[in-house]
Amino acid sequence: MIQKALIREFENVLGKDGVFLNEADRLTYSYDAAVLPPVVPAVVLRPTSRETLGKTVRLCYENGLPLTVRGAGTNLSGGTIPLPGGAVILTNGLDKILEINEGDLYAVVEPGVVTARFAAAVEAKGLFYPPDPGSQAVSTLGGNVAENAGGLRGLRYGVTRDYVMALEFFDSAGEPIKTGARTVKCVTGYNLGGLLVGSEGTLGVFSEITLKLIPAPAARKAMMAVFDDVNKASESVSSIIANRIVPVTLEFMDNFTIRAVEDFSHAGLPTDAAALLLVEVDGHPAQVEEDAAKVESICRRLGAMKIRVAQDAQEREKVWAARRAALSALSRLKPTVVLEDATVPRSRIPEMMRAVEEIGRKFRLTIGTFGHAGDGNLHPTILTDRRDKEEWHRVEQAIDVIFEKALAMGGTLSGEHGIGIAKSRYLQQETTRGTILYSKRIKEALDPKNILNPGKIIGVPSVEQAA
Amino acid sequence: MYDMKKLAGLVKELEDQLVVCMRCGMCQAVCPVFAETGREADVARGKLALLEGLAQEMFQDPEGVNDRLGRCLLCGSCAANCPSGVNVMDIFLKARAILTGYMGLHPLKKAIFRGMLARPEFFDRLMEWGSKLQGIFVKPVDDLLGTSCARFVSPLLDRHFKALAPVPFHKSNGRVNTPSGASGLRVGFFVGCVIDKVFPWVGEAVLRVMEHHGVGVVIPKDWGCCGIPALSSGDSQTFNRLVRHNARRFLSARVDYIVTACATCTSTIRKLWPTLAEDLSAEEWEQVKGIAEKTLDVGQFLVDILHLGGQEKESAREGVGVTYHDPCHLKKSLGIAAQPREVIKANPSAVLREMAEPDRCCGCGGSFNLQHYDISAAIGRRKRDDIARTGCSVVATGCPACMLQISDMLSQAGDRVQVKHFIEIYAESLA
Ligand SMILES: Cc1cc2nc3c(=O)[nH]c(=O)nc-3n(C[C@H](O)[C@H](O)[C@H](O)COP(=O)(O)OP(=O)(O)OC[C@H]3O[C@@H](n4cnc5c(N)ncnc54)[C@H](O)[C@@H]3O)c2cc1C
Ligand code: SF4
Ligand code: SF4
Repeated sequence: MIQKALIREFENVLGKDGVFLNEADRLTYSYDAAVLPPVVPAVVLRPTSRETLGKTVRLCYENGLPLTVRGAGTNLSGGTIPLPGGAVILTNGLDKILEINEGDLYAVVEPGVVTARFAAAVEAKGLFYPPDPGSQAVSTLGGNVAENAGGLRGLRYGVTRDYVMALEFFDSAGEPIKTGARTVKCVTGYNLGGLLVGSEGTLGVFSEITLKLIPAPAARKAMMAVFDDVNKASESVSSIIANRIVPVTLEFMDNFTIRAVEDFSHAGLPTDAAALLLVEVDGHPAQVEEDAAKVESICRRLGAMKIRVAQDAQEREKVWAARRAALSALSRLKPTVVLEDATVPRSRIPEMMRAVEEIGRKFRLTIGTFGHAGDGNLHPTILTDRRDKEEWHRVEQAIDVIFEKALAMGGTLSGEHGIGIAKSRYLQQETTRGTILYSKRIKEALDPKNILNPGKIIGVPSVEQAA
Repeated sequence: MYDMKKLAGLVKELEDQLVVCMRCGMCQAVCPVFAETGREADVARGKLALLEGLAQEMFQDPEGVNDRLGRCLLCGSCAANCPSGVNVMDIFLKARAILTGYMGLHPLKKAIFRGMLARPEFFDRLMEWGSKLQGIFVKPVDDLLGTSCARFVSPLLDRHFKALAPVPFHKSNGRVNTPSGASGLRVGFFVGCVIDKVFPWVGEAVLRVMEHHGVGVVIPKDWGCCGIPALSSGDSQTFNRLVRHNARRFLSARVDYIVTACATCTSTIRKLWPTLAEDLSAEEWEQVKGIAEKTLDVGQFLVDILHLGGQEKESAREGVGVTYHDPCHLKKSLGIAAQPREVIKANPSAVLREMAEPDRCCGCGGSFNLQHYDISAAIGRRKRDDIARTGCSVVATGCPACMLQISDMLSQAGDRVQVKHFIEIYAESLA
């Protein structure tokens, strides 16, 4: 229970409309897109200005109230599941695009701006903001920065981190902090941005984000290559890159996913194919033609049964509609979908594919795999029903083994979905005990009262407990 | 106090449908209510989580859940966009029925639904009185739109609501029964309450068009409301009565198709009659199913069955600019979007110009408009802005409920834009 006096203070700052106390309202902030048990916060706070956001954080600090910032609540790792008795701070009232600077190629936004809305506003000026997570129609830029979100264009254009030029955020006491600049070069002070990007709300609360923009490419070309063997598909991936071609997108779909998509959207996909590669190249028209021709010949040489090159915008749209339908198609097959995110160096993709297949067999689970082959970032998607306790147990075991395999191949636990609470217990497996201690010391120094999204990423707070 | 165990048990019946939601949150992108309020309880994901909370006995506040379920236009935008295919509409309507059955129907709604809607003749008579008396309460503000402002200070103060027509459609066209002409077809015309009482001229336009195409029309005596107002308030008893009442009348009409000019009626008859009407005998259920399958939007009937349109390039035209708003109950519920546009283009002097996001909900949502006027109006103003930006002098749509809302919004903004049903536009071209 929160003291009445504190509630009144929140109401003074945010107005009655900005403080949700009703149980039914609070219950709707107890979950995110991860498959984890919900936790109901004690209060939900909705500031609508940067100033009141800071005051809200300060009030939490003064009263030792743990706080969890929430954008759209679409993260897949439990990052917005609050602490029991804690507060949730919503950022969707802070949704202004403050500036799009066409001369200096940057934009300044509030954290609650929806990614797709921003990308469209930028595109309207002939510029380009590449990071495009699958959730971009709803995800917030604050959430993207806090998760260092990726997307389909990571191979050529990188991830959110590569576009953060400057940040303003509140520390745990509500003190405003600034890092970075609107300039391409900036070495003023510690690179705090580097620490804050991907910090999942545990080190500070973003209030203003400056993002890099680039000119939009003049031309694009998409194609779909069909393989009767997963190995041939992944060899093509390696060979494309070895030939110094860096496609914008290099996506993979396994046979199970292909069939699911075809059943769902009747897009005319080859259901007997073992794997599909969906490739897009962009740049100057001449270069695009050349790259596309090279990709085509590489795929053919390595045994693609068929290659379909999109001839116009409509055909290109078809290629990507098939990819976008993957998650929908899979998620309709079973009530619960566990979207995994373990990532390996791209040369190990064939091996990882075989491992996933074997894990599916061993634990008697249905797994469809698709994802960003060019980044080594596959999404093995486990289809299950979380109400079936016995099967759910097998799911958990399977996830453990997937992580083990990915790490053994020199990979990482999570390419883009974050650690949150879903994966924090695996962190030491990938790093070292010292790494966790080091991280915990940083956290303790910067957030002495441990109120910023406690329990996320590095788990329990105290150094002793980790020892 | 309520018996929460029992309620949890009832809501659990929805569980197989509830677990389909994977909490991805993608519905936030399309929910018109959420776009205005930013509150999770207003979007499908939040509402589904609340129902699951009740089923799991995580908390005990059926009234709180019911209130939040009510903050919804039942527009189906979330369902149409849901990657997981959650049957959101079905869940919401069933949940409203469970909660209402459990807590009881609000006395005022009970009086309206059970006392009036479920008894068509009585409802008609009452509305006639209403139309005679309303001159005292409303004054014409905008002749072009035909909307009125409340004359006295009342809760309806800033609304420009359409006056009831002086003579409802069912008065001027009691029982209709014309033989099939050149087309060899006969259709039943399900008029619907709003066309009957507010826009009778839309009904006249349907008759004119059918006559032109040599289609015989049957309007049974005493047809009643399609039942959606009752169903969306959780009153399944009244809904069941209306389904049975109407089914009987249209069954005996022996027609090839049933057409409506009301998107909401079409969607209710096609999708909700066969799935949500209860207490039907096996035979009755078959009949209702048969009627549902035969029911078509008038635009769909003209284009898909009579093959109207498709003949001419439109770009060369000059004429009156018309923009079209997709009613949720046509596009999102039934996938009907091309046909109404074809019907508009069948009028040679109409030039169709699309507005931005033509399928964005107008914010009416039936009784949502009455209960949450501020949100409804905020949503409606976006639609008004999109319409105004086209520069068209006419906005057409396929649902009289959208016509009401859009008239209100345009009239408040002082726009000189006429609101029409698409069938009127086509009918105007038939000499
Ligand atoms: C269907 C679907 C597809 C997805 N596809 C992708 C994909 O392709 N690539 C990808 O990387 N991810 C993907 N995701 C995961 C998710 O959408 C991203 O992690 C996204 O960045 C989360 O944004 P959000 O606004 O929902 O953040 P939330 O989920 O609300 O929050 C995420 C984290 O950020 C913190 N946070 C939010 N705002 C702030 C702030 N202002 N200051 C400090 N901390 C903050 C929160 O505390 C939390 O820890 C997908 C998710 C779904 C459901
Ligand atoms: S889009 Fe569908 S599955 Fe996703 S949260 Fe909304 S209702 Fe649930
Ligand atoms: S039906 Fe419409 S208003 Fe209701 S939750 Fe879905 S999108 Fe929102």
